[in-house]
Amino acid sequence: MDLTLTPVETEALLLSLKVSAAAVLFALPLAVGMALLLTRSFPGRAVLDAIVHLPIVLPPVVMGYLLLITFGLRAPVGAWLDAAFGIRFMFSWTGAALAAGIITFPFQVRAIRLALEAIDSGLMQAAETLGAGPLDRFATITLPLAAPGILAGAVTAYAASLGEFGAIITFVSNIPGETRTLPLAIYTAIQTPGGEAAAARLVMLAIALAFAGLILSEVAAYHLKRINGR
Amino acid sequence: MSIEVCFRHGFAGFALDIDFAVERHGVTALFGPSGSGKSTIINVIAGLLKPNEGEVRLNGTTMLDTASGINVAARNRGIGYVFQDARLFPHMSVRANLDFGAKRAAQRLPATEADGIVTMLGLENLLERKPRHLSGGERQRVALGRALLSNPKALLLDEPLAALDSGRKAGILPYLERIRDDARIPILYVSHSIDEVTRLANDIVVLNAGSVAATGPVEDIMSRLDLFPLTGRFEAGAVLEGHIARHLDNEDMSEIAVGENIFTVPRVAEEPGCALRLRVRARDVMLSTKRVSGISANNIIAGKVAGIRADHGPYVDVRLDCAGMALLARITRMSQSRLGITEGAKVWALVKSVSVERTPSRQDGARS
Repeated sequence: MDLTLTPVETEALLLSLKVSAAAVLFALPLAVGMALLLTRSFPGRAVLDAIVHLPIVLPPVVMGYLLLITFGLRAPVGAWLDAAFGIRFMFSWTGAALAAGIITFPFQVRAIRLALEAIDSGLMQAAETLGAGPLDRFATITLPLAAPGILAGAVTAYAASLGEFGAIITFVSNIPGETRTLPLAIYTAIQTPGGEAAAARLVMLAIALAFAGLILSEVAAYHLKRINGR
Repeated sequence: MSIEVCFRHGFAGFALDIDFAVERHGVTALFGPSGSGKSTIINVIAGLLKPNEGEVRLNGTTMLDTASGINVAARNRGIGYVFQDARLFPHMSVRANLDFGAKRAAQRLPATEADGIVTMLGLENLLERKPRHLSGGERQRVALGRALLSNPKALLLDEPLAALDSGRKAGILPYLERIRDDARIPILYVSHSIDEVTRLANDIVVLNAGSVAATGPVEDIMSRLDLFPLTGRFEAGAVLEGHIARHLDNEDMSEIAVGENIFTVPRVAEEPGCALRLRVRARDVMLSTKRVSGISANNIIAGKVAGIRADHGPYVDVRLDCAGMALLARITRMSQSRLGITEGAKVWALVKSVSVERTPSRQDGARS
Protein backbone atom coordinates (compact mmCIF):
# COMPACT_ATOMS: atom_id res chain seq x y z
CA MET A 1 0.00 0.00 0.00
CA ASP A 2 1.23 3.46 -0.83
CA LEU A 3 1.67 5.41 2.41
CA THR A 4 2.51 8.71 0.72
CA LEU A 5 -0.17 11.34 1.23
CA THR A 6 -1.64 12.99 -1.82
CA PRO A 7 -1.66 16.82 -1.84
CA VAL A 8 -5.40 16.77 -1.11
CA GLU A 9 -4.86 14.54 1.91
CA THR A 10 -2.00 16.71 3.18
CA GLU A 11 -4.30 19.68 2.82
CA ALA A 12 -6.93 17.95 4.99
CA LEU A 13 -4.31 17.16 7.64
CA LEU A 14 -2.95 20.72 7.78
CA LEU A 15 -6.48 22.12 7.83
CA SER A 16 -7.37 19.86 10.75
CA LEU A 17 -4.31 20.98 12.71
CA LYS A 18 -5.15 24.64 11.98
CA VAL A 19 -8.85 24.34 12.87
CA SER A 20 -8.07 22.53 16.14
CA ALA A 21 -5.35 25.00 17.10
CA ALA A 22 -7.67 27.95 16.53
CA ALA A 23 -10.48 26.21 18.41
CA VAL A 24 -8.33 25.48 21.46
CA LEU A 25 -6.46 28.80 21.57
CA PHE A 26 -9.60 30.91 21.41
CA ALA A 27 -11.52 28.75 23.85
CA LEU A 28 -8.66 28.46 26.39
CA PRO A 29 -8.90 31.89 28.08
CA LEU A 30 -12.68 31.56 28.18
CA ALA A 31 -12.35 28.09 29.68
CA VAL A 32 -9.99 29.41 32.39
CA GLY A 33 -12.49 32.17 33.19
CA MET A 34 -15.42 29.75 33.21
CA ALA A 35 -13.50 27.30 35.43
CA LEU A 36 -12.67 30.12 37.87
CA LEU A 37 -16.32 31.11 37.91
CA LEU A 38 -17.49 27.55 38.53
CA THR A 39 -15.13 27.12 41.52
CA ARG A 40 -17.10 29.86 43.29
CA SER A 41 -20.54 29.37 44.71
CA PHE A 42 -23.36 31.55 43.43
CA PRO A 43 -27.03 31.01 42.65
CA GLY A 44 -27.49 29.27 39.33
CA ARG A 45 -24.07 27.65 39.30
CA ALA A 46 -25.55 24.18 38.72
CA VAL A 47 -27.46 25.48 35.68
CA LEU A 48 -24.37 27.16 34.23
CA ASP A 49 -22.39 23.99 34.85
CA ALA A 50 -25.02 21.98 32.95
CA ILE A 51 -25.02 24.42 30.02
CA VAL A 52 -21.22 24.24 29.77
CA HIS A 53 -21.35 20.45 29.68
CA LEU A 54 -24.27 20.24 27.25
CA PRO A 55 -22.08 19.78 24.12
CA ILE A 56 -20.73 16.51 25.55
CA VAL A 57 -24.14 14.91 25.80
CA LEU A 58 -25.92 16.51 22.82
CA PRO A 59 -25.56 14.78 19.44
CA PRO A 60 -22.94 16.78 17.46
CA VAL A 61 -25.41 17.18 14.63
CA VAL A 62 -27.73 19.02 17.02
CA MET A 63 -24.85 21.34 17.93
CA GLY A 64 -24.23 21.90 14.22
CA TYR A 65 -27.86 22.74 13.68
CA LEU A 66 -27.90 25.16 16.63
CA LEU A 67 -24.79 26.88 15.25
CA LEU A 68 -26.43 27.11 11.85
CA ILE A 69 -29.53 28.87 13.19
CA THR A 70 -27.37 31.19 15.32
CA PHE A 71 -24.41 32.05 13.11
CA GLY A 72 -25.94 31.53 9.67
CA LEU A 73 -25.81 34.57 7.37
CA ARG A 74 -29.52 35.26 7.86
CA ALA A 75 -29.50 34.21 11.53
CA PRO A 76 -29.52 37.05 14.10
CA VAL A 77 -25.98 36.73 15.48
CA GLY A 78 -24.47 35.75 12.14
CA ALA A 79 -26.08 38.69 10.30
CA TRP A 80 -24.94 41.13 12.99
CA LEU A 81 -21.34 39.83 12.96
CA ASP A 82 -21.28 40.14 9.18
CA ALA A 83 -22.71 43.66 9.18
CA ALA A 84 -20.66 44.98 12.10
CA PHE A 85 -17.30 43.27 11.62
CA GLY A 86 -17.48 41.43 8.32
CA ILE A 87 -17.00 38.16 10.19
CA ARG A 88 -18.58 35.15 8.45
CA PHE A 89 -18.49 31.65 9.84
CA MET A 90 -20.54 30.05 7.09
CA PHE A 91 -18.64 27.72 4.72
CA SER A 92 -15.39 28.89 6.27
CA TRP A 93 -12.65 27.12 8.25
CA THR A 94 -13.30 29.60 11.07
CA GLY A 95 -16.79 28.12 11.36
CA ALA A 96 -15.24 24.67 11.69
CA ALA A 97 -13.00 26.05 14.45
CA LEU A 98 -16.01 27.63 16.17
CA ALA A 99 -17.87 24.33 16.13
CA ALA A 100 -14.85 22.37 17.37
CA GLY A 101 -14.16 24.98 20.05
CA ILE A 102 -17.66 24.86 21.48
CA ILE A 103 -17.88 21.05 21.35
CA THR A 104 -14.55 20.64 23.19
CA PHE A 105 -15.06 23.55 25.61
CA PRO A 106 -16.30 21.25 28.44
CA PHE A 107 -13.09 19.17 28.30
CA GLN A 108 -11.03 22.26 28.95
CA VAL A 109 -13.30 23.65 31.67
CA ARG A 110 -13.41 20.31 33.45
CA ALA A 111 -9.64 19.77 33.56
CA ILE A 112 -8.89 23.37 34.54
CA ARG A 113 -11.53 23.36 37.25
CA LEU A 114 -10.13 20.20 38.81
CA ALA A 115 -6.67 21.78 38.81
CA LEU A 116 -7.97 24.98 40.40
CA GLU A 117 -9.84 23.09 43.09
CA ALA A 118 -6.68 21.16 43.97
CA ILE A 119 -4.82 24.37 44.90
CA ASP A 120 -4.56 24.87 48.67
CA SER A 121 -6.60 27.98 49.46
CA GLY A 122 -4.18 28.59 52.34
CA LEU A 123 -1.55 29.60 49.80
CA MET A 124 -3.85 32.41 48.66
CA GLN A 125 -4.16 33.66 52.24
CA ALA A 126 -0.39 33.52 52.64
CA ALA A 127 0.10 35.48 49.41
CA GLU A 128 -2.48 38.01 50.57
CA THR A 129 -0.72 38.66 53.89
CA LEU A 130 2.49 39.16 51.88
CA GLY A 131 0.91 41.99 49.92
CA ALA A 132 -0.39 40.29 46.76
CA GLY A 133 -3.69 41.53 45.29
CA PRO A 134 -6.20 39.32 43.42
CA LEU A 135 -4.64 39.68 39.93
CA ASP A 136 -1.15 39.30 41.37
CA ARG A 137 -2.19 36.10 43.18
CA PHE A 138 -3.82 34.75 40.03
CA ALA A 139 -0.69 35.34 37.95
CA THR A 140 1.92 34.20 40.47
CA ILE A 141 0.16 31.40 42.37
CA THR A 142 -3.03 30.19 40.70
CA LEU A 143 -1.88 30.09 37.09
CA PRO A 144 1.47 28.34 37.63
CA LEU A 145 -0.05 25.78 39.99
CA ALA A 146 -2.97 25.10 37.64
CA ALA A 147 -0.70 24.92 34.57
CA PRO A 148 -0.59 21.10 34.38
CA GLY A 149 -4.39 20.97 34.45
CA ILE A 150 -4.70 23.76 31.89
CA LEU A 151 -2.27 21.96 29.60
CA ALA A 152 -4.07 18.65 30.04
CA GLY A 153 -7.37 20.32 29.23
CA ALA A 154 -5.93 22.00 26.13
CA VAL A 155 -4.35 18.79 24.81
CA THR A 156 -7.51 16.76 25.39
CA ALA A 157 -9.57 19.45 23.68
CA TYR A 158 -7.12 19.58 20.77
CA ALA A 159 -7.31 15.82 20.28
CA ALA A 160 -11.09 15.90 20.49
CA SER A 161 -11.22 18.82 18.03
CA LEU A 162 -9.23 16.82 15.49
CA GLY A 163 -11.98 14.21 15.59
CA GLU A 164 -15.00 16.51 15.37
CA PHE A 165 -17.26 15.50 12.47
CA GLY A 166 -20.99 15.93 12.98
CA ALA A 167 -21.11 19.56 14.06
CA ILE A 168 -18.64 20.68 11.38
CA ILE A 169 -20.35 18.96 8.44
CA THR A 170 -23.76 20.19 9.61
CA PHE A 171 -22.67 23.77 10.22
CA VAL A 172 -20.10 24.57 7.52
CA SER A 173 -20.49 21.65 5.09
CA ASN A 174 -17.70 19.60 3.48
CA ILE A 175 -15.65 21.98 1.33
CA PRO A 176 -12.21 20.75 0.21
CA GLY A 177 -9.44 23.00 1.48
CA GLU A 178 -11.83 25.05 3.59
CA THR A 179 -13.87 22.85 5.92
CA ARG A 180 -12.88 19.31 4.90
CA THR A 181 -10.90 18.29 7.99
CA LEU A 182 -9.39 14.84 8.50
CA PRO A 183 -12.61 13.07 9.63
CA LEU A 184 -14.54 14.67 6.77
CA ALA A 185 -11.81 13.61 4.32
CA ILE A 186 -11.99 10.02 5.65
CA TYR A 187 -15.76 10.06 5.27
CA THR A 188 -15.45 11.41 1.72
CA ALA A 189 -12.82 8.80 0.79
CA ILE A 190 -15.04 5.98 2.06
CA GLN A 191 -17.97 7.33 0.05
CA THR A 192 -15.85 7.55 -3.09
CA PRO A 193 -15.46 4.37 -5.24
CA GLY A 194 -11.77 3.30 -5.12
CA GLY A 195 -11.04 5.51 -2.12
CA GLU A 196 -10.25 2.61 0.28
CA ALA A 197 -6.48 3.16 0.18
CA ALA A 198 -6.84 6.87 0.87
CA ALA A 199 -9.27 6.15 3.72
CA ALA A 200 -6.82 3.65 5.28
CA ARG A 201 -3.93 6.12 5.06
CA LEU A 202 -5.98 8.87 6.70
CA VAL A 203 -7.25 6.54 9.42
CA MET A 204 -3.70 5.52 10.31
CA LEU A 205 -2.77 9.17 10.37
CA ALA A 206 -5.65 9.95 12.73
CA ILE A 207 -4.60 7.14 15.09
CA ALA A 208 -0.98 8.31 15.07
CA LEU A 209 -2.03 11.89 15.80
CA ALA A 210 -4.24 10.91 18.71
CA PHE A 211 -1.52 8.71 20.15
CA ALA A 212 1.16 11.39 19.83
CA GLY A 213 -1.13 13.90 21.48
CA LEU A 214 -1.76 11.70 24.50
CA ILE A 215 1.93 10.89 24.97
CA LEU A 216 2.85 14.54 24.60
CA SER A 217 0.34 15.61 27.23
CA GLU A 218 1.63 13.01 29.70
CA VAL A 219 5.23 14.12 29.26
CA ALA A 220 4.37 17.79 29.50
CA ALA A 221 2.18 17.31 32.58
CA TYR A 222 4.96 15.33 34.28
CA HIS A 223 7.49 18.10 33.70
CA LEU A 224 5.10 20.83 34.79
CA LYS A 225 4.43 18.96 38.01
CA ARG A 226 8.16 18.73 38.66
CA ILE A 227 8.51 22.46 38.09
CA ASN A 228 5.60 23.03 40.43
CA GLY A 229 7.40 21.24 43.21
CA ARG A 230 5.16 18.23 43.63
CA MET B 1 4.11 50.00 68.83
CA SER B 2 0.65 48.71 69.51
CA ILE B 3 -2.08 46.37 68.41
CA GLU B 4 -5.55 47.08 69.71
CA VAL B 5 -8.23 44.46 69.11
CA CYS B 6 -11.85 44.54 70.09
CA PHE B 7 -14.48 42.49 68.30
CA ARG B 8 -17.42 40.16 68.53
CA HIS B 9 -17.94 37.29 66.15
CA GLY B 10 -20.38 34.41 66.15
CA PHE B 11 -19.96 30.95 64.70
CA ALA B 12 -22.46 28.13 64.79
CA GLY B 13 -22.73 27.40 68.51
CA PHE B 14 -19.72 29.52 69.48
CA ALA B 15 -19.29 33.22 70.10
CA LEU B 16 -16.13 35.26 70.53
CA ASP B 17 -16.05 38.48 72.50
CA ILE B 18 -12.47 39.72 72.45
CA ASP B 19 -10.86 42.88 73.77
CA PHE B 20 -7.16 43.36 74.41
CA ALA B 21 -4.21 45.52 73.48
CA VAL B 22 -0.53 44.83 72.92
CA GLU B 23 1.38 47.94 73.90
CA ARG B 24 5.02 47.10 73.23
CA HIS B 25 7.31 45.07 71.03
CA GLY B 26 8.39 41.62 72.11
CA VAL B 27 6.30 38.47 72.24
CA THR B 28 2.74 38.43 73.49
CA ALA B 29 1.33 34.92 73.73
CA LEU B 30 -2.29 34.22 72.88
CA PHE B 31 -2.76 31.27 75.14
CA GLY B 32 -5.74 29.00 75.48
CA PRO B 33 -6.98 25.48 74.82
CA SER B 34 -7.74 24.25 71.31
CA GLY B 35 -10.99 25.75 70.10
CA SER B 36 -10.76 28.85 72.28
CA GLY B 37 -10.66 31.11 69.20
CA LYS B 38 -6.92 31.87 69.04
CA SER B 39 -6.59 31.49 65.28
CA THR B 40 -9.78 33.43 64.69
CA ILE B 41 -8.32 36.37 66.60
CA ILE B 42 -5.16 36.57 64.52
CA ASN B 43 -7.16 36.08 61.32
CA VAL B 44 -9.22 39.11 62.31
CA ILE B 45 -6.05 41.10 63.01
CA ALA B 46 -4.49 40.01 59.70
CA GLY B 47 -7.65 40.87 57.78
CA LEU B 48 -8.34 37.33 56.61
CA LEU B 49 -11.61 37.23 58.53
CA LYS B 50 -14.10 40.03 58.99
CA PRO B 51 -15.83 39.80 62.36
CA ASN B 52 -19.51 40.61 62.85
CA GLU B 53 -18.50 43.82 64.58
CA GLY B 54 -15.39 45.34 66.04
CA GLU B 55 -12.22 47.35 65.61
CA VAL B 56 -8.57 46.63 64.93
CA ARG B 57 -5.90 49.31 65.23
CA LEU B 58 -2.24 48.91 64.41
CA ASN B 59 0.11 51.60 65.77
CA GLY B 60 -2.92 53.85 66.10
CA THR B 61 -4.03 53.38 62.46
CA THR B 62 -7.51 51.92 62.05
CA MET B 63 -7.39 48.69 60.04
CA LEU B 64 -10.94 47.66 60.76
CA ASP B 65 -13.93 49.51 62.11
CA THR B 66 -17.20 47.85 61.25
CA ALA B 67 -19.18 50.80 62.65
CA SER B 68 -17.71 53.25 60.14
CA GLY B 69 -17.19 50.68 57.38
CA ILE B 70 -13.38 50.74 57.35
CA ASN B 71 -11.79 47.43 56.41
CA VAL B 72 -8.23 47.63 55.09
CA ALA B 73 -7.49 44.64 52.85
CA ALA B 74 -5.13 42.05 54.30
CA ARG B 75 -2.55 42.80 51.63
CA ASN B 76 -2.38 46.46 52.68
CA ARG B 77 -2.16 45.92 56.43
CA GLY B 78 1.56 45.24 56.49
CA ILE B 79 1.19 42.43 58.99
CA GLY B 80 3.40 39.34 58.74
CA TYR B 81 1.73 35.98 59.29
CA VAL B 82 3.41 32.62 59.86
CA PHE B 83 0.96 29.75 59.52
CA GLN B 84 1.08 26.48 61.39
CA ASP B 85 1.60 24.63 58.09
CA ALA B 86 4.19 27.13 56.70
CA ARG B 87 2.27 27.55 53.40
CA LEU B 88 5.36 27.99 51.27
CA PHE B 89 4.63 28.34 47.57
CA PRO B 90 5.48 24.86 46.24
CA HIS B 91 6.41 26.01 42.72
CA MET B 92 8.95 28.56 43.92
CA SER B 93 12.45 28.13 45.31
CA VAL B 94 13.20 29.21 48.86
CA ARG B 95 14.73 32.38 47.42
CA ALA B 96 11.59 33.18 45.42
CA ASN B 97 9.45 32.49 48.47
CA LEU B 98 11.55 34.89 50.55
CA ASP B 99 11.43 37.53 47.79
CA PHE B 100 7.66 37.27 47.38
CA GLY B 101 6.85 39.40 50.39
CA ALA B 102 10.00 41.52 50.19
CA LYS B 103 9.16 42.68 46.64
CA ARG B 104 5.64 43.67 47.63
CA ALA B 105 6.52 45.45 50.88
CA ALA B 106 5.35 49.06 51.17
CA GLN B 107 8.88 49.86 52.31
CA ARG B 108 11.59 47.41 51.33
CA LEU B 109 14.04 46.32 53.97
CA PRO B 110 17.59 47.54 53.34
CA ALA B 111 19.66 44.76 51.74
CA THR B 112 21.99 44.45 54.72
CA GLU B 113 19.07 43.93 57.08
CA ALA B 114 17.49 41.40 54.71
CA ASP B 115 20.76 39.48 54.50
CA GLY B 116 20.96 39.60 58.29
CA ILE B 117 17.58 37.90 58.58
CA VAL B 118 18.56 35.20 56.07
CA THR B 119 21.76 34.55 58.04
CA MET B 120 20.04 34.68 61.42
CA LEU B 121 17.58 31.99 60.30
CA GLY B 122 20.35 29.90 58.73
CA LEU B 123 18.76 29.93 55.27
CA GLU B 124 21.83 30.70 53.10
CA ASN B 125 22.29 27.10 52.05
CA LEU B 126 18.62 26.45 51.35
CA LEU B 127 18.01 29.31 48.90
CA GLU B 128 17.96 27.27 45.68
CA ARG B 129 15.87 24.42 47.08
CA LYS B 130 12.19 23.78 46.50
CA PRO B 131 9.96 23.53 49.58
CA ARG B 132 9.39 19.81 48.99
CA HIS B 133 13.08 19.19 49.71
CA LEU B 134 12.94 20.90 53.12
CA SER B 135 12.31 19.37 56.52
CA GLY B 136 9.38 20.62 58.59
CA GLY B 137 11.66 22.76 60.71
CA GLU B 138 13.38 24.28 57.69
CA ARG B 139 10.00 25.09 56.16
CA GLN B 140 8.98 26.99 59.26
CA ARG B 141 12.26 28.89 59.24
CA VAL B 142 11.66 29.89 55.61
CA ALA B 143 8.10 30.94 56.50
CA LEU B 144 9.48 33.07 59.35
CA GLY B 145 12.02 34.62 57.00
CA ARG B 146 9.40 35.28 54.33
CA ALA B 147 7.19 37.10 56.82
CA LEU B 148 10.07 39.10 58.32
CA LEU B 149 11.45 40.13 54.91
CA SER B 150 8.08 41.68 54.04
CA ASN B 151 9.08 44.30 56.64
CA PRO B 152 5.90 43.93 58.70
CA LYS B 153 4.62 46.32 61.33
CA ALA B 154 3.55 43.34 63.43
CA LEU B 155 4.11 39.61 63.27
CA LEU B 156 1.47 36.93 63.88
CA LEU B 157 2.61 33.38 64.59
CA ASP B 158 -0.09 30.72 64.55
CA GLU B 159 1.30 27.77 66.50
CA PRO B 160 4.40 27.64 64.30
CA LEU B 161 5.76 24.67 66.24
CA ALA B 162 2.59 22.62 66.56
CA ALA B 163 3.18 20.53 63.45
CA LEU B 164 6.79 19.67 64.38
CA ASP B 165 8.12 16.78 66.46
CA SER B 166 9.83 17.64 69.74
CA GLY B 167 13.36 17.49 68.29
CA ARG B 168 12.49 19.94 65.51
CA LYS B 169 10.64 22.16 67.99
CA ALA B 170 13.76 22.46 70.10
CA GLY B 171 15.66 23.34 66.92
CA ILE B 172 13.35 26.26 66.06
CA LEU B 173 12.97 27.78 69.53
CA PRO B 174 16.39 29.49 69.53
CA TYR B 175 15.48 31.18 66.20
CA LEU B 176 12.22 32.42 67.69
CA GLU B 177 14.14 33.75 70.68
CA ARG B 178 16.45 35.63 68.35
CA ILE B 179 13.52 37.09 66.44
CA ARG B 180 11.99 38.14 69.76
CA ASP B 181 15.22 39.84 70.78
CA ASP B 182 15.95 41.46 67.38
CA ALA B 183 12.55 42.46 66.08
CA ARG B 184 11.34 45.93 66.91
CA ILE B 185 7.70 44.99 66.33
CA PRO B 186 4.95 43.42 68.40
CA ILE B 187 4.77 39.66 67.91
CA LEU B 188 1.57 37.77 68.68
CA TYR B 189 2.33 34.13 69.32
CA VAL B 190 -0.58 31.70 69.34
CA SER B 191 0.06 28.63 71.41
CA HIS B 192 -1.60 26.05 73.59
CA SER B 193 1.75 24.94 75.04
CA ILE B 194 2.61 26.61 78.35
CA ASP B 195 6.20 25.43 77.84
CA GLU B 196 6.59 27.53 74.68
CA VAL B 197 4.76 30.45 76.22
CA THR B 198 6.86 30.61 79.38
CA ARG B 199 10.01 30.29 77.33
CA LEU B 200 9.23 32.90 74.68
CA ALA B 201 6.59 35.32 75.81
CA ASN B 202 6.90 38.62 77.64
CA ASP B 203 3.15 38.99 78.03
CA ILE B 204 0.23 36.59 77.95
CA VAL B 205 -3.34 36.99 76.84
CA VAL B 206 -5.18 34.08 78.44
CA LEU B 207 -8.28 33.01 76.54
CA ASN B 208 -11.15 31.02 77.90
CA ALA B 209 -14.45 30.09 76.30
CA GLY B 210 -14.36 32.84 73.69
CA SER B 211 -13.22 35.75 75.81
CA VAL B 212 -10.09 37.17 77.42
CA ALA B 213 -9.64 35.80 80.94
CA ALA B 214 -6.51 37.79 81.80
CA THR B 215 -3.67 39.77 80.26
CA GLY B 216 -0.34 40.78 81.72
CA PRO B 217 3.35 39.98 82.02
CA VAL B 218 4.15 36.27 82.06
CA GLU B 219 5.51 36.33 85.64
CA ASP B 220 2.33 37.93 86.98
CA ILE B 221 -0.08 35.74 85.07
CA MET B 222 1.75 32.52 85.85
CA SER B 223 1.78 33.25 89.58
CA ARG B 224 -1.94 33.89 89.78
CA LEU B 225 -3.60 31.00 91.58
CA ASP B 226 -7.03 31.82 90.17
CA LEU B 227 -5.71 31.23 86.64
CA PHE B 228 -4.24 27.83 87.43
CA PRO B 229 -7.10 25.93 85.83
CA LEU B 230 -6.34 27.81 82.59
CA THR B 231 -2.55 28.02 82.72
CA GLY B 232 -2.29 24.28 83.14
CA ARG B 233 -2.60 22.48 86.46
CA PHE B 234 0.19 20.01 85.96
CA GLU B 235 2.56 22.38 84.20
CA ALA B 236 1.77 25.46 86.26
CA GLY B 237 4.57 27.19 88.08
CA ALA B 238 6.31 30.46 88.75
CA VAL B 239 8.19 32.26 85.96
CA LEU B 240 10.98 34.40 87.36
CA GLU B 241 13.11 37.04 85.65
CA GLY B 242 16.63 37.24 87.00
CA HIS B 243 20.23 37.62 86.00
CA ILE B 244 23.37 35.58 86.40
CA ALA B 245 25.12 36.70 89.61
CA ARG B 246 28.21 34.50 89.25
CA HIS B 247 29.45 31.10 88.21
CA LEU B 248 30.68 28.58 90.79
CA ASP B 249 33.39 27.09 88.65
CA ASN B 250 34.50 24.36 91.06
CA GLU B 251 30.97 23.04 91.48
CA ASP B 252 29.97 23.59 87.86
CA MET B 253 27.02 25.63 89.08
CA SER B 254 25.72 29.18 88.64
CA GLU B 255 24.00 31.58 90.99
CA ILE B 256 21.01 33.41 89.59
CA ALA B 257 19.73 36.51 91.36
CA VAL B 258 15.99 37.12 91.30
CA GLY B 259 15.42 40.29 93.26
CA GLU B 260 16.93 39.62 96.68
CA ASN B 261 16.79 35.85 96.23
CA ILE B 262 19.56 33.66 94.89
CA PHE B 263 18.92 30.41 93.03
CA THR B 264 21.78 27.98 92.67
CA VAL B 265 21.34 26.02 89.47
CA PRO B 266 23.45 23.85 87.16
CA ARG B 267 25.93 26.00 85.29
CA VAL B 268 24.51 28.07 82.43
CA ALA B 269 26.43 29.09 79.32
CA GLU B 270 25.84 32.85 79.40
CA GLU B 271 28.12 35.36 81.07
CA PRO B 272 27.45 36.87 84.53
CA GLY B 273 25.09 39.84 84.23
CA CYS B 274 23.06 38.22 81.46
CA ALA B 275 19.31 38.18 81.95
CA LEU B 276 17.86 34.74 82.50
CA ARG B 277 14.35 33.44 82.95
CA LEU B 278 13.72 30.70 85.49
CA ARG B 279 10.70 28.49 85.65
CA VAL B 280 9.93 26.61 88.83
CA ARG B 281 7.00 24.21 88.53
CA ALA B 282 4.64 24.26 91.49
CA ARG B 283 4.78 20.49 91.79
CA ASP B 284 8.59 20.64 92.20
CA VAL B 285 8.49 22.91 95.26
CA MET B 286 8.45 21.46 98.79
CA LEU B 287 7.39 23.49 101.83
CA SER B 288 8.78 23.35 105.33
CA THR B 289 7.66 25.24 108.44
CA LYS B 290 11.23 25.14 109.83
CA ARG B 291 14.52 26.04 108.29
CA VAL B 292 15.86 22.61 107.46
CA SER B 293 19.40 21.42 106.90
CA GLY B 294 20.93 18.14 105.90
CA ILE B 295 18.99 17.78 102.68
CA SER B 296 20.20 17.78 99.09
CA ALA B 297 18.06 20.66 97.80
CA ASN B 298 20.33 23.65 97.18
CA ASN B 299 17.67 26.30 97.24
CA ILE B 300 15.98 27.00 100.55
CA ILE B 301 14.04 30.23 100.25
CA ALA B 302 12.16 31.91 103.05
CA GLY B 303 8.74 33.36 102.34
CA LYS B 304 5.27 34.09 103.56
CA VAL B 305 2.10 32.34 102.43
CA ALA B 306 0.31 34.94 100.33
CA GLY B 307 -2.56 32.81 99.07
CA ILE B 308 -3.95 29.31 99.07
CA ARG B 309 -6.19 27.85 96.41
CA ALA B 310 -7.92 24.61 97.20
CA ASP B 311 -9.43 22.84 94.27
CA HIS B 312 -11.46 19.72 94.44
CA GLY B 313 -9.12 16.78 94.79
CA PRO B 314 -6.26 16.09 97.14
CA TYR B 315 -4.08 19.10 96.17
CA VAL B 316 -3.81 22.73 97.22
CA ASP B 317 -1.79 25.41 95.44
CA VAL B 318 0.15 27.77 97.68
CA ARG B 319 1.49 31.13 96.60
CA LEU B 320 4.49 32.43 98.49
CA ASP B 321 5.80 35.95 98.76
CA CYS B 322 9.56 35.65 99.03
CA ALA B 323 10.78 39.22 99.52
CA GLY B 324 8.63 40.38 96.65
CA MET B 325 9.20 37.33 94.42
CA ALA B 326 6.23 35.07 93.83
CA LEU B 327 6.82 31.34 94.13
CA LEU B 328 4.19 28.64 93.75
CA ALA B 329 4.01 25.29 95.47
CA ARG B 330 1.60 22.44 94.99
CA ILE B 331 1.25 20.26 98.08
CA THR B 332 -1.38 17.80 99.25
CA ARG B 333 -4.23 18.93 101.45
CA MET B 334 -2.98 16.34 103.90
CA SER B 335 0.42 18.08 104.18
CA GLN B 336 -1.27 21.44 104.47
CA SER B 337 -3.33 20.46 107.50
CA ARG B 338 -0.48 18.45 109.06
CA LEU B 339 1.83 21.50 108.89
CA GLY B 340 -0.91 24.00 109.63
CA ILE B 341 -0.11 26.12 106.59
CA THR B 342 -2.44 29.08 106.49
CA GLU B 343 -2.29 32.49 104.88
CA GLY B 344 0.39 34.64 106.49
CA ALA B 345 2.40 31.67 107.78
CA LYS B 346 6.18 31.83 107.48
CA VAL B 347 7.56 28.91 105.49
CA TRP B 348 10.64 27.82 103.58
CA ALA B 349 10.45 26.65 100.02
CA LEU B 350 12.77 23.82 99.04
CA VAL B 351 13.70 23.68 95.36
CA LYS B 352 16.07 21.14 93.87
CA SER B 353 18.59 22.74 91.52
CA VAL B 354 17.85 20.14 88.86
CA SER B 355 14.18 21.07 88.68
CA VAL B 356 14.77 24.74 87.85
CA GLU B 357 14.29 25.39 84.13
CA ARG B 358 16.48 28.09 82.61
CA THR B 359 15.97 29.95 79.35
CA PRO B 360 17.65 33.05 77.96
CA SER B 361 15.56 36.13 78.55
CA ARG B 362 15.11 39.23 76.42
CA GLN B 363 18.43 41.01 76.35
CA ASP B 364 17.17 44.52 75.74
CA GLY B 365 15.06 46.78 77.85
CA ALA B 366 11.65 45.98 76.41
CA ARG B 367 10.41 45.64 79.93
CA SER B 368 11.04 49.25 80.82
